[in-house]
Amino acid sequence: MAISNEYIQQKLTEKFGDQVFNFEETYGMLSFEAPKDFNLKVMQYLYDEPSLGFQFLTDLCAVNYPDDAGRELAVVYHLHNLVENTRIRFKVFTSIATPDVFTASQLFSSANWMERETYDFFGVNFVGHPNLKRILNVDEMDYFPLRKEYPLEDQTRIDKDDEMFGRG
Amino acid sequence: MSDHNITLAEDAIERKTTTINLGPTHPATHGVFQNIMELDGERVVSSEQTVGYIHRAFEKLAERRPLYQVTPITDRLNYCSSPINNMGWHLTCEKLLGVQTPKRVDYLRVIIMELARIADHLICNSIVGVDSGAFTGFLYVMQYRELIYEIYEEVCGSRLTTNIGRIGGFERNFSNTAFTKLEKFLKEYPVALGELESLLTRNRIFMERTIGGGPISAERALNYGFTGPNLRAAGVDYDVRVHTPYSSYQDFEFDIPVGKTGDNYDRFLVRNAEMWQSMRIIQQAYNKIQEFKGTEAEVYHADVPEYYLPKKEDVYTKMEALIWHFKIIMGEVDMPKGEVYQAVEGGNGELGFYLISDGGRTPFRLHFRRPCFIYYQAYPELVKDSMLSDAILTMSSLNLIAGELDA
Repeated sequence: MAISNEYIQQKLTEKFGDQVFNFEETYGMLSFEAPKDFNLKVMQYLYDEPSLGFQFLTDLCAVNYPDDAGRELAVVYHLHNLVENTRIRFKVFTSIATPDVFTASQLFSSANWMERETYDFFGVNFVGHPNLKRILNVDEMDYFPLRKEYPLEDQTRIDKDDEMFGRG
Repeated sequence: MSDHNITLAEDAIERKTTTINLGPTHPATHGVFQNIMELDGERVVSSEQTVGYIHRAFEKLAERRPLYQVTPITDRLNYCSSPINNMGWHLTCEKLLGVQTPKRVDYLRVIIMELARIADHLICNSIVGVDSGAFTGFLYVMQYRELIYEIYEEVCGSRLTTNIGRIGGFERNFSNTAFTKLEKFLKEYPVALGELESLLTRNRIFMERTIGGGPISAERALNYGFTGPNLRAAGVDYDVRVHTPYSSYQDFEFDIPVGKTGDNYDRFLVRNAEMWQSMRIIQQAYNKIQEFKGTEAEVYHADVPEYYLPKKEDVYTKMEALIWHFKIIMGEVDMPKGEVYQAVEGGNGELGFYLISDGGRTPFRLHFRRPCFIYYQAYPELVKDSMLSDAILTMSSLNLIAGELDA
């Protein structure tokens, strides 16, 4: 039933040539990448093309790769074709200096809050978003907490004063 | 008609709307939800939700925790059905690690997950009853949720935030008491569920309150990312258990109940029907478990020495077990590199775990796809032009759980 990953890859390459790349299959799910300017074009194509029909946005989130210069932030879309029951993962990378990515909220109403959440935690600026403001954190916050530059406290640190914890 | 009619200039009567704050702590909202609503009399003109009051940064916390320490975090997402979240997380880890669980473990998990689903739907449906004016049902069914909680307690020792199961299986085998309690539940619960249905389903007041309230079309629901009972009430038969079976759901015979209009009444009916289906699944799973004989009937976990804690008596007597014990507890086991997305059918929709591992000891990134965070966006659209009291009812029939919403 399901559309084969090879078919999806073939259709995408036919349409976008080498603008879609890094195809890989991890744990059965096809994953690929496109330049960030192409994110809407690719998703619109995946949505409209009858033999693909990825019309359900399952998930949208971002990942921070601090060591990958110029590609520090990845926005990851999980798309689902409910009829054929096929899932794919689509990524666009952006630099942390200009984290502008086009919004998918015109295509999927569900993207609205997920993009706000992504903005809230990673500072990805979704261009064209109707209401891009913080959602889970307080409005006054002036940093993006899920970026790797804000590490959690090292649990093995030794400079803690035992007295403060009722020991010693 | 007299000649003394007062003629008013156009726009002389001002159209006045009232803005109210519904929540964040309001007895009618069952959780920390704030809605700023603009009302024209009792009619909702517009509303805007504020979320995040109980945000606890789970995704960040998870980046510093070994896999087994993430399980208690997942408890606190949808706390009405914690075991489903726990199992979903274990399944995610097992997918990443390539662990194959034995059939008996799968069936035990199915029992626990379906019990959790019943507990979840039971709360939601009886709360819908409360918000439409019938308190009795809610108080009455609580004792059956109690029976479910007693089963959890027998299996894992806790009731609400369960931390049930381990990577690879369960922490201990189900005791005979657990099975006795399960049998008791299987026997007594259908009667109570039938009574809850006869109290509400064809109740004139209840029907008039719920039919046509907060409707959504299948198309809008899909566009809004609805999943679970709310999507099925709109007529789309999408269920993760059937589409991408996990934990051997393919071995069971059950139906996906669907509604038609996606209104409050249909959501109620779909949840009720799902509880009956869950009972069917539990009964089948219990039958299958009883077929295991001899040593097979003792299996309750897979063989994953890197992640499954060895027996305590082995830890005290055997070198290797002692080493593994320490390595696991201190989180010193490196994970394989990879990216996994695993979805389970949670109490209120598709609960997804997107786990990225860079080969370290803790997740590089973990993202929870929280169903009610995604579908709560549709709330202003659902309640527009409805009465304020129906807006409350719509909120409870969506099965919003603040813990999951805010992660």
